[in-house]
Amino acid sequence: MKVAAIARAIVVLSAMLAAPAQAHLVETGFGAFYDGLAHVALTPADLLVVVALALLAGQRGTRAARYALFALPIAWFAGGVVGARWPLAAGLPLLTTLSFAIAGALVALNATMRDVGIAALAVAAGVLHGLANGATMAPAGATTLALGGAITAIFCLTAILSAEVTALPAGWPRIAVRVAGSWIAAAGLLMLGWLARSGG
Amino acid sequence: MNDTTSRRYRCVAMCALAAALACVPALAQAHEETGQAAGFLSGLAHPVSGLDHVLAMIAVGLWGAVLGPPAIWVLPVAFPLVMALGGLMGLLGIALPGVEIGIAVSAIVLGTMVLAELRPPLWLAAAIVAFFAVFHGHAHGRELPAGTSALLYSLGFVAATGLLHAVGILLGLAHRWAAGRQAVRVAGGGVALAGLFFLWRAIA
Repeated sequence: MKVAAIARAIVVLSAMLAAPAQAHLVETGFGAFYDGLAHVALTPADLLVVVALALLAGQRGTRAARYALFALPIAWFAGGVVGARWPLAAGLPLLTTLSFAIAGALVALNATMRDVGIAALAVAAGVLHGLANGATMAPAGATTLALGGAITAIFCLTAILSAEVTALPAGWPRIAVRVAGSWIAAAGLLMLGWLARSGG
Repeated sequence: MNDTTSRRYRCVAMCALAAALACVPALAQAHEETGQAAGFLSGLAHPVSGLDHVLAMIAVGLWGAVLGPPAIWVLPVAFPLVMALGGLMGLLGIALPGVEIGIAVSAIVLGTMVLAELRPPLWLAAAIVAFFAVFHGHAHGRELPAGTSALLYSLGFVAATGLLHAVGILLGLAHRWAAGRQAVRVAGGGVALAGLFFLWRAIA
C-alpha cells in the first residue's frame, strides 16, 4: 500500500514538472531556412518594421535605400546571433512596437532625414528585432540557417519596396505611401495601448 | 462500495489527474502569433459594424474631396494617427466624457461642412477632424475580441477606417461635375441628419 502511494506521488510530481513546451517556427516542410523566411512574413511586428523602413528609405531616395538595404539585414542577423546566445525577452515587445510605430510616423510625415540617419534607424530596428528573433528562435532549435532565411526575406522585401517607392512619381502614389505609414504608426500606437493594458 | 472497488476508483482518478497535469506544460515558450487571421478580419469588420463610425469616416473623405488638395490627403493621413491616440487613451484607462455624443456630433459637423461646402483654413479643418478622431478611436479602438492578435486587429481596424475615407474621397470626386456636386452636398446633408438621429439616441 505504501509503495503504491509513493508510485502515485511520483506519477503526479513528474506530471507537474513537465518539461517546457518547445516552441517551433512555422514549419514550411522545406527546412530551417524556409521556416525562417516564412517567419518574417507571418510575424506582423517584424513585417511592419521592414515595410515601414523600406518605405522610409524609398522616400528619401536611392542612396538611403541602398544603405537600408544592407544595414537592416546585417543588423538583424547580428542581433539574432546575440539574442540566440543571450536571450533577453524583457521589454522587447514594447521596443519592437515602438520601432515600427516610429518608422511609420516618419513615413507619414515624409520626414526629411539624412541617409546616415536612415541607416542608423535601420541598424537600431534590425538589432532590436534580431534580438527578439534570436531569443525566440533559439529555444525552438532554429539557429543560423533560420536567421539566414529571415534576413533573406528582409533583404528581398526591402529591395523590392524601397526600389518601387524610389521610382514612384509625385502625386497620389507618394501620398499612398504616406497613408501606409500613417496606418502602420496608428496600429503601433494602438498596440502600445494593448501592451500597457496587458502589463507587457 | 467495497474496498476493492473504492481502490479502483481512486486509481482511475489518480491516472486521470496525472494525464490532465501532463497536458498542461509548465512553461510555453512558443512565440508564433495566434489568432492572426481572426484578429485582422475582426479589425476590418469592426468599423463597418457601426453606422455612426461609417458615416463619419465617409464624411471625412467627402469633405477632403470638397476641400481639394492638400486637404484631400492631409485628412486621411492625420485621421488614423489621431484616432489611434484616442484608442491609446481608452486602452490606458483615460476617461473621455460623452464619447457617443462626440461621435454623433462628428457626423453632424462633418456632414454640415460637406453640405455647406465650407472651406476653412487647412489647419482648422485638420484640427476639427483630429478632434473628432479622438472620440472615434476612444470608442472603437479598444474592443478586442478574445483570442485574437491585438496588433493585427489594430491594423485591420485602421485599414478599414482608411478605406472608408477612400470611399468618401472617391464619391467626393464627383464634386467636379455640376450634378455630382449636388449629389455630394446631398450626401453631406444625409450624414448630418443621421448624426442628429445618433445624437438623439445618445442623449435619450
